[in-house]
Formats: sequence, C-alpha cells, structure tokens
Amino acid sequence: MDNHLFTAGHTACAGCGQAIGARLVIEAAGPNTIIVNNTGCLEVFSTAFPESAWGVPFIHSLFENAAAVASGVESALKFAGKKEGINVIAQGGDGSTADIGLQALSGMLERGHDILYVCYDNEAYMNTGVQRSGLTPFATNTTTSPQAGSAFGNLRPKKPMPEIALAHGIPYVATASVGFPQDITRKVKKALSIKGPKYMQIHVPCPLGWRHESAQVLPVAKMAIETGLYPMIEYENGQLIGVRKITQPKPVEEYLKLQGRFKHILNNPDALKLVQEVADRNIAKYGLKAEAVSNQ
Amino acid sequence: MKQFIEGSHAVAEIAKLCRPGVVSAYPITPQTHIVEDLATMVAEGQLNAQFVNVESEHSAASVVLGAVATGIRAYTATSSQGLFYMMEVVFNIAGMRLPVVMTCANRAISAPINIWNDQQDSISLRDAGWIQLYAEDNQEAVDFHVLAYRLGEDKSVMLPVMVCMDGFILTHGIEAVDIPSQEQVDKFLPPYKPEYYLDPKNPMTLGPLVGPDYYTEARYALDQTLKETLNIIPKLTAEFAQVFGRNYNGLVEEYHTKDAERVIVAMGSVCGTAKEVVDEFRAKGKKVGLLKITCYRPFPAEQIYNSLKNVSKVAVLDRAVSLGSYAPLSSEIKAAFFGKKKKPEVISSFIVGLGGRDVTKDSIREVLKLLTARERCGEYIDLKPELLKE
Repeated sequence: MDNHLFTAGHTACAGCGQAIGARLVIEAAGPNTIIVNNTGCLEVFSTAFPESAWGVPFIHSLFENAAAVASGVESALKFAGKKEGINVIAQGGDGSTADIGLQALSGMLERGHDILYVCYDNEAYMNTGVQRSGLTPFATNTTTSPQAGSAFGNLRPKKPMPEIALAHGIPYVATASVGFPQDITRKVKKALSIKGPKYMQIHVPCPLGWRHESAQVLPVAKMAIETGLYPMIEYENGQLIGVRKITQPKPVEEYLKLQGRFKHILNNPDALKLVQEVADRNIAKYGLKAEAVSNQ
Repeated sequence: MKQFIEGSHAVAEIAKLCRPGVVSAYPITPQTHIVEDLATMVAEGQLNAQFVNVESEHSAASVVLGAVATGIRAYTATSSQGLFYMMEVVFNIAGMRLPVVMTCANRAISAPINIWNDQQDSISLRDAGWIQLYAEDNQEAVDFHVLAYRLGEDKSVMLPVMVCMDGFILTHGIEAVDIPSQEQVDKFLPPYKPEYYLDPKNPMTLGPLVGPDYYTEARYALDQTLKETLNIIPKLTAEFAQVFGRNYNGLVEEYHTKDAERVIVAMGSVCGTAKEVVDEFRAKGKKVGLLKITCYRPFPAEQIYNSLKNVSKVAVLDRAVSLGSYAPLSSEIKAAFFGKKKKPEVISSFIVGLGGRDVTKDSIREVLKLLTARERCGEYIDLKPELLKE
C-alpha cells in the first residue's frame, strides 16, 4: 500500500487514459476530498469488491446520478458545518455526463452547489463496448455508428458540453487533456479554489475503443490538441481566460491516422475535408493559433 | 397537542420534529403540500436543514442518498410517477443500506393519467428492499414517520422506510391529530450516528462493483435483515406507546377478529370505512372483523396466519392490480396459508378504489355480500359495466 490516493493494481486496460486522468485529478485535489462517481469504466476498474483503488472516501450509486448524489453529499457537509476544507468531486464518463446524466448535471450546476464535476471524455460508451455517445466526434466508427455500406460512422458533431455548462453561469469551465498532465493539475487546483459549481472535461484516449497502441496514449492525446480537434480552453466567470495555443496546427490526418476508429475515412477526401473544417472552426472560434514569432 | 390539521401539514410538522439535515423533493400532486411546508419551515428558520430543490424525483432520491451516505438524516416525499421515476434509486438506496425516510402520497399510475388515490405506486415497488408502512389515518401517518426513522436507523436494520398514506384522502384530509412535542420525539429518536459514512478521516468505498462471488450474499443479507425487522417492529411500537401513549401493536391491527366468521383484510385509509361497516354488522350481531395490514414489507405472514387461521371467510381488498395476475395483497395473503392445516374456507379477492373511485360503506357492504362460499378472484367492486360497452 502506497500513499497514492488512487493506487496501482486496479484493472484498467493498459494505457487507459481515464485511469491517468482520474489519478491526476485526485492527486491534485488531495486527501480531503469526497469522490462521487457515475457508473462506467472508472468505477468498474477501480472498485471491484473487495478491493478499491481509492484512498479517499468514494461513493458510486448509479449511471446518471453522480451530480445529484454529490449535491446531497455537499448539502449534508454544509448542514454539518464541514464543507470548508472538504472538496466534493463528481465524475463520470462522456456518456453519463453528456447523455444520461445531463439533467442531473444541469440541476447541480444551476443550484450552485460547491462541487467540481469532471467528465472523462473518451468519446464513446467504452464500458459497454464502444457505442456512440453525445460526445463521439464526427465520422467516428463505433459499434452503434458503424462504418458500413455508404455510412461512414457518426454523423453528428460532439455535443458542446463546455458551452452548455457555461450557459448555466457557473464560475469555472475548462477542458484539458491527459496529454498535458501539469495543465490538469493546475486546472483542478484552480477549480477547487473557486466556490460554486465547476465543470472540467478531460480528453482521455481509450486504446481499446480508439484502436491505437497502448503506449501511444499520450501522443494521441497531444495530437488531438495539436490539430485543433480538441481545444484546450479555460473560462472564469464566463470569460475565456486561456487557451492552449498551437504554433503550427497539424492537418487532422495526423491525428486520425493514429487510430483505427477513423481508418475508414483516411482515403475519403470529402470526409477528411469535413473533419478538417471541425478543427478549423475550433481554431478560429477560440483563437488557438499562436502568433508567428516574427510578429512579436 | 391535538390540532385540527391537514394530513400534509401534519406530516411536514413531524418531519421537522425528526430533525432532518437535508430535505429534497420534486413537486408532484398530491405530495406538494408536505414539501411546500418544509420549504417554508427552512426559509423561516424553524427547521435547520438544507432544502435542495431538485430538477426531478430521480435527483431527489439521489440527493437524500448522498446526504445519508454522508452521515446526515434526510427526508423526501413523492407519489405515483415520481416514485416510478425514482425507482432505480429506490432500489439502490436499499442495496446501499441507507436509512432514508420517504413519504409516498399514494396515487394512481398513468395511463390513463390520474392524480387520485390508489396504491399501485408503492405496491409496485414492494420488491425494492424498503420497509413499507401504510397509514389508516393522519395520526398514524404522523406517528409512522417517527417510527420510520428510529427503525431504519437501528444498527441492526439500516434500511430505508417508506411511509405510505393515501393521496388526497389523507394528504388533503383534515383531522384532529396529536402532533408530538419535540421533547417526545427527541426522547424516542436519538440523533443519527451511523458507523459508516463518507469521511476523509476514514476513507471507504461505498457502492463498489460486486461480482458473482459476493452479490448473492449481499442480497441475502438485505433480505434476511428486512425479514428480521418483523421482530424489531413490535418492540419499537411498544416503546413508542410508552413515550407517545399510542400503541400500534406491531405489524397488523386486529379489529374484532377474535371471534369473527368473516374478516376483511385491507391496507390504508379504507380501513377506517371498513371499521364502520364492521361496527354496523356487529350491532346486528353478525361476526364480522377487519385485519389491517400496517406493515406490508417485510410481509408479516406469521401474524396474518395467526389472525386469520380460525376465520371462515376472508375478503382481501386490493387498491392496486397486478395486471394479468392475482391482486397483489390477496396473493400474499393466500401464500401465508399455503401448506397450513388451519386455513379459511374461502379467501376472496376484491379490487377497490382505483384512481380515486370512492370506497364507500356500500362498497364494503357489497364485498361482504359477495363473500360467500364461492371464492372470488380479483373481482372489481363498483365497476361500471355500462362504460365497458363499445
């Protein structure tokens, strides 16, 4: 037994991005934290009875209700006069956040609870076998948005969860990536220093569902940022206060070709063009492109 | 002190006296008056609690789950569709052994949508692992909430309790009710101090994944504990009587059953009407009685057997239907006699009062008229055949 708050020995797949993300989040939050977890890979691989990877109090109830259970935990702590000094973190995957748990999350954000909600976004229902979620990217081949016949995978863009969270008027919203661990640590610490509801969405590659080598989890995560397909953004009180700049945005093929889930569009110029447009829109919208050095 | 008070207001008063630290609910008729009152009590500072206005019943149940898991007493109330929307959380709360107390203002289930009383909602959640108590009147509704917290939070129990009261008939009915004093409630109901709760000083994992190696034992333990509460409830009602002066005598109430030849079995407010009809028949020298089931889960089969074994004819009233099968209460009453030597000659089953249709004294008289040697199986009372024509 080591002193980690999220210990080794759990049963996640090799190279699991979510396991890295969850460890970074709890290590940044520290021991005075209560974790409330939706059903999903993370809960399954970290709490198989009679073992648990968690060195902090941890509760899992159902697939979609972590935000509501956390609201109860936070309210109980407030009633007991113990909220000061105890962080409450609700967390789940992209499906339990953006789809089935969106209502509970919206309620938690709207009511103003002092809770950090963390969405580990691996862009599909990985725990049940790679089905499409509301956060599955355009053109992704999943088991329920298959590349078959003339279909080329998921036809819809990612649900704009950070904007949905922002629309609740909450004090802190950020996206992050396991490709940039120190950034996660900084953002978690910052979020927890702010009272009220906070939303963080962390991009966590899933080697099994994305079909890349386990050892490639960090390069794949980084390439999502470098292409502009996954903007790293940070909002405080509704204002965009920071983005991860890209000096020279890579073409989206550089990201797509690393993963089996996009293999079917690599020779499809029309599809590639559409995906490139997603990245270009992100770059323009959030001002992701760094100024050329010669301009300074 | 006795007050002439609406059932919902009375329940809100007693909920307050039970000192919950977190109250969370989502509005649904006919539960609303209870939680409106509690919101006002919190706003006015009469009740020191966090009132969490949630966006759904699913979250209401989840909030009280989280609060009790953090070691704080919590209260919620719902009805009908709201209870169904909570259903997976309701099962989860019991599985996690969290002593939540919830009021169910019993109401019919859609479709067709209907806001009036029957007991289909709570009956349908009978397998959830909650203790279910059914109130005949508003005094019972009040008293059962105090019992519910004490019982659920007992170290040997640690289970949630649902106090069921007929929607409108009780929730909106105005009766003289003795609202206990804070001193009485405090004497009977000590502060909630669970052994296990979410605490950074003593981290533990609640709600883990449990595979085939342990799952059966977890469910067995829940089932056994629920059954064992049959022995605990009578002790608590006896203690309750000492503090509050009202004796609920455990799990069932026998009303003129000792020498009865015909007995009606029922739950909830219909028992009041049935008692009047029993009185009427007794005045004419006819040996009629009522067996009121107060505790439906766990099911007090032994007590029911003892109460009815010498009765000749039994009429079971169900205010719910198990569509396509035997009426829920009647099937369990019959099961209580399976394989026994002593048993009634006839156990007839009647479905009454669905979706707010009044169960009048005439309805009960009709039941007794139909309680003959010919056994009735799920016979609908006060059915209007003319409405069933094309």
